[in-house]
Amino acid sequence: MKKISINLNGETRYVHVEPNDVLLDVLRDKLGIKSPKSGCERGDCGACAVLLNGKSVRSCLVLAVEVDGQEITTIEGLSKDGLTPLQESFIEHNAFQCGFCAPGVTISATELLNKNPHPSREEIKEAIAGNLCRCTGYESIIEAIEKVAKK
Amino acid sequence: MPISHEFEYHKAKSIDEAVKLLSENPENSKIIAGGTDLTVHIKEDVIAPDVLIDIKAIPEFKEISFSNNVLSIGANVTFSEIEDNKIIENNFRVLWEAASTVASVGVRNRATLTGNICSAVPSLDSAPALFLYDAEVYVKNSDNERVISINDWFTGPKRTSLKKDEIVTKITLKFPKEKTASCYKKLGRYKGEDLAQVGMGVLVSENKEYKVAVCAVGPVPKRATKTEEFLKGKEINDANIKEAQEILATEISPITDIRASKEYRTHIAKVMLEKGLKESSDLLSGKEVKSEPIL
Repeated sequence: MKKISINLNGETRYVHVEPNDVLLDVLRDKLGIKSPKSGCERGDCGACAVLLNGKSVRSCLVLAVEVDGQEITTIEGLSKDGLTPLQESFIEHNAFQCGFCAPGVTISATELLNKNPHPSREEIKEAIAGNLCRCTGYESIIEAIEKVAKK
Repeated sequence: MPISHEFEYHKAKSIDEAVKLLSENPENSKIIAGGTDLTVHIKEDVIAPDVLIDIKAIPEFKEISFSNNVLSIGANVTFSEIEDNKIIENNFRVLWEAASTVASVGVRNRATLTGNICSAVPSLDSAPALFLYDAEVYVKNSDNERVISINDWFTGPKRTSLKKDEIVTKITLKFPKEKTASCYKKLGRYKGEDLAQVGMGVLVSENKEYKVAVCAVGPVPKRATKTEEFLKGKEINDANIKEAQEILATEISPITDIRASKEYRTHIAKVMLEKGLKESSDLLSGKEVKSEPIL
């Protein structure tokens, strides 16, 4: 067991982990952060995406020990002070149905808009290419992001 | 999904520390950078190392530098960092284009160029670029450092000439001496995060020398040297392209798998050769080029 510290959604959290503990499992089971989801468990579906030092990563492919001393942001952190304009837009466009992919898509789109506040439709598609949605067929997701990008 | 076996984890602070740790148990240790391949393999019990050596805290491994016409990319430089680098975007176009087609943003933020060539799957997007720019791989163990040409790097599917006690420190690429233009062509089943069914880099130089490098059409990525030899000194016209396509088909050996049949891959490689040669030649002569998708 090793004690690591994570700046999680703006708060310093300490947690004991084994080298083989996966970040996604530690977030969900030890730190109570339930927004990242376990989907494919091999980096293809994007459901487990979190921001690590501001960049989206697949938390199912990161070991918890690797992020000792680093900064992690999840949906819980993004919406700490209420929903973001992006989240409002997702609701307005009815972008998600079952919602399983929503946290991952939100993380990817947030990263995109932070880096490039006015992306083109193509850039939006590329940014969320690694997030699989099996309900709404992406169109409403893309439109919701586009609306925020045009503001 | 929990990992079913235990291992030790070390975060090396320097190259010396990393090679020393590796020398203690080379058979059962693995180097971890982005971990986008390694962690999958560990989770799925493909490999079960006793020791993981994390190289992400080694400062030199984050460096990208360009001097004396040599681009140097540290072992922990990610595909996102390559994509965001203006020197690479402007001078090493094929590498830049290939980097931006690897998997998805969330993977590229973590996956490294060095990890890509160490995993050495036949479809690796970065390989054609490394062949076109005469890449060299710098490796080190606790006693020695050596340099391996990219031509000698890939020895089989998921096999390289890296020894178990060695780590890659950096990869260098040479900026071509003559005026050149180049492009990377990739076909996946869909645009987005798919693996290449065929990938091809084409580089055309002013003195009519051509370089063609392919991935996903054989056990290892490689230069299409016979095709290059045929094209040398020739104009890019329909007759020459046609002949070059037939020669290319003889020096690739694609397989049929879940992504595509060997016949389809061979056909697409020919299409890519034509588009790649025309696009690069147009770029070289200063024409406005809109990069055409393969399908």
